[in-house]
Amino acid sequence: MKTIVYIEKNPITKNCRFVSLELAYKAYTMMQEFNGDVIGVFVGDHLPEDADKLFQNGLDKLIYYTNDNLKNLQSIAYKNIIEQIIKQEEPDIVLFGATHNGRDIAPLIASSLKTGLTADCTQLFINDLEYKKEDKGKSLYQVRPAFGGNILATIVTPDNRPMMASVREGVMPLPEKKLDKKGIMEEANIDFTEEWIKSEFLSIVPKKSTVNFDSKDVIIAGGAGVGSKENFDLLHKLAALLDAEVGASRAAVDFGYTEKARQIGQTGSVVRPKLYIAAGISGQIQHRAGMEESMKIIAINNDPNAPIFNISHKGIVGDVKDVVPKMIQMLREEE
Amino acid sequence: MTSSEYETDFYDSLVSMWLILSGEIMKKIVVLAKQVPDTANITGQAMKEDGTVNRGKLPAIFNPEDLNGLQMALDIKSKIGAEVHVVTMGPPRAVEILKHSLYLGADKVYLVSDMKFAGADTLATSYVLSEAVKKIGNVDMVIAGRQAIDGDTAQVGPQVADKVGFNQITYVSKLNDVTEDYVIVERDGEVQTEEIKSQFPVLLTVTEEANTPGYPSCVQMRNYFKAEIAANIPAEELENAEANGLVIPVFNAENMGLNIEQCGLGGSPTKVKKIKSITLVGGDLEMFEADDSGIKLLINDIMKEYTEAN
Repeated sequence: MKTIVYIEKNPITKNCRFVSLELAYKAYTMMQEFNGDVIGVFVGDHLPEDADKLFQNGLDKLIYYTNDNLKNLQSIAYKNIIEQIIKQEEPDIVLFGATHNGRDIAPLIASSLKTGLTADCTQLFINDLEYKKEDKGKSLYQVRPAFGGNILATIVTPDNRPMMASVREGVMPLPEKKLDKKGIMEEANIDFTEEWIKSEFLSIVPKKSTVNFDSKDVIIAGGAGVGSKENFDLLHKLAALLDAEVGASRAAVDFGYTEKARQIGQTGSVVRPKLYIAAGISGQIQHRAGMEESMKIIAINNDPNAPIFNISHKGIVGDVKDVVPKMIQMLREEE
Repeated sequence: MTSSEYETDFYDSLVSMWLILSGEIMKKIVVLAKQVPDTANITGQAMKEDGTVNRGKLPAIFNPEDLNGLQMALDIKSKIGAEVHVVTMGPPRAVEILKHSLYLGADKVYLVSDMKFAGADTLATSYVLSEAVKKIGNVDMVIAGRQAIDGDTAQVGPQVADKVGFNQITYVSKLNDVTEDYVIVERDGEVQTEEIKSQFPVLLTVTEEANTPGYPSCVQMRNYFKAEIAANIPAEELENAEANGLVIPVFNAENMGLNIEQCGLGGSPTKVKKIKSITLVGGDLEMFEADDSGIKLLINDIMKEYTEAN
């Protein structure tokens, strides 16, 4: 068996995106049972500076095509190049990070190859497949939430190859420690033409986001139950005392309590901190999709029947505006 | 700017204004829209045994980001003049969002509907929609919402772009400029904002940040409240409705000349193997009182774990 993982570079840090490393490791664990190959494919102007990391996360080989015209996302060119590599390599499985760029290119390729693509999978595994009483052999089972997260659907691609899927950043874990593994780099042989360059990038402005969920062990997130923008500032005060980052549910963002960059859940970030404090968050499925893998969850909610308590380890039934100020006060006294 | 350049610009704009007014080079925009179940209100009865969804049992709404797409088309129309065509694929009740599109200012709307399209995944859907775009013909631009709230895949837009052979820009968060020759938009590149210029033809997928959808116009509502597909208009009124432009065309597999093998469930490479409703599993939950002593205990716990974690 063979799996191709699309490798993306973070244009700001020039390093591999986390999701590429996560998918390299996911592909490695899936391919181990079958002695299969894990091949990365990279397209851009220069390779990621930390490309070696890909091998430590499970890649056997990195096939790359670099060209100054490909500094930015050129959908048509990227599609043509990756499609050529897929046709040469004939993989069984192709995985993409469900990033903005991954979600731009992957459907183009699936359309062109006339094969299936399952978006935003939360679980992937290989198993024997029987479909309509026919044995389809080893197949990729793609589990994804659908209908606003109210159901989990298991999707298969019985007859078409490759089987394609995308996964959001933060969903698949990285290895506990680096693999002792070396891989090879290989330049792809592509008949490139400038006619594939259809978009002209006039300017690029890095986003000034101060939100960084990855670097913090503790996340404090607020929801509709926080009640006001002023109360939401209390969460920032608590976060400062616990060296935490502040997150939010979609409701809190929609009510204007905080900025969209803080949104956690199906349409926001996926996080898995050591400690997650959910303040005034009822725990709708859309929010849980972004945080239920957290190691410890503490819920503060005035509704004792809020679903958030069902996935929490510790809880307080109370109003955020009463409980959080007391927590701040007690933490200050301890210092 | 030198005076001769200025004169050229002035002359060009006069020429283009004349061409617009005379209808000679009007841009043609197709907006892809979807009627979606309001995913906040789903019950078990709405699921069929084969794992697909019984849309008839759910409240149906205009997919929010498709409204942003339509608004962008209308903004382009008011800037350089354009014909705005709205296409939706779905059951006959999806006419509701087509009528709403007319109220908002769309020029023409089409229902793409056929039992043979049922159960389509994104590949089969994009095949049918791309053929609808081709049937409309001479299209300069396709605009779609970034994603629909029922599937959240964001795949149909790009797959239509591939099939009609257009350039594409996804995650468009702002329309900066549009002329007869090109469009300039801002794209949400996740870690950066990208300003991109593309010539026509191009397909854009638009996010909710792009604009604020407008409200239906009273005049348009009065003009179009009787718009319907022919099947829903009594025979004796049909001729009159047609004369008044109130018959919404229906595209089906036959009149689009489609390859049935590429449509619907049969034309979908992905199959639903299993559906599981999400149920919450209660874990070991330790509750604390919301008074001083309870909060103190919780803080001690947090500090203990937090210190151990570090």
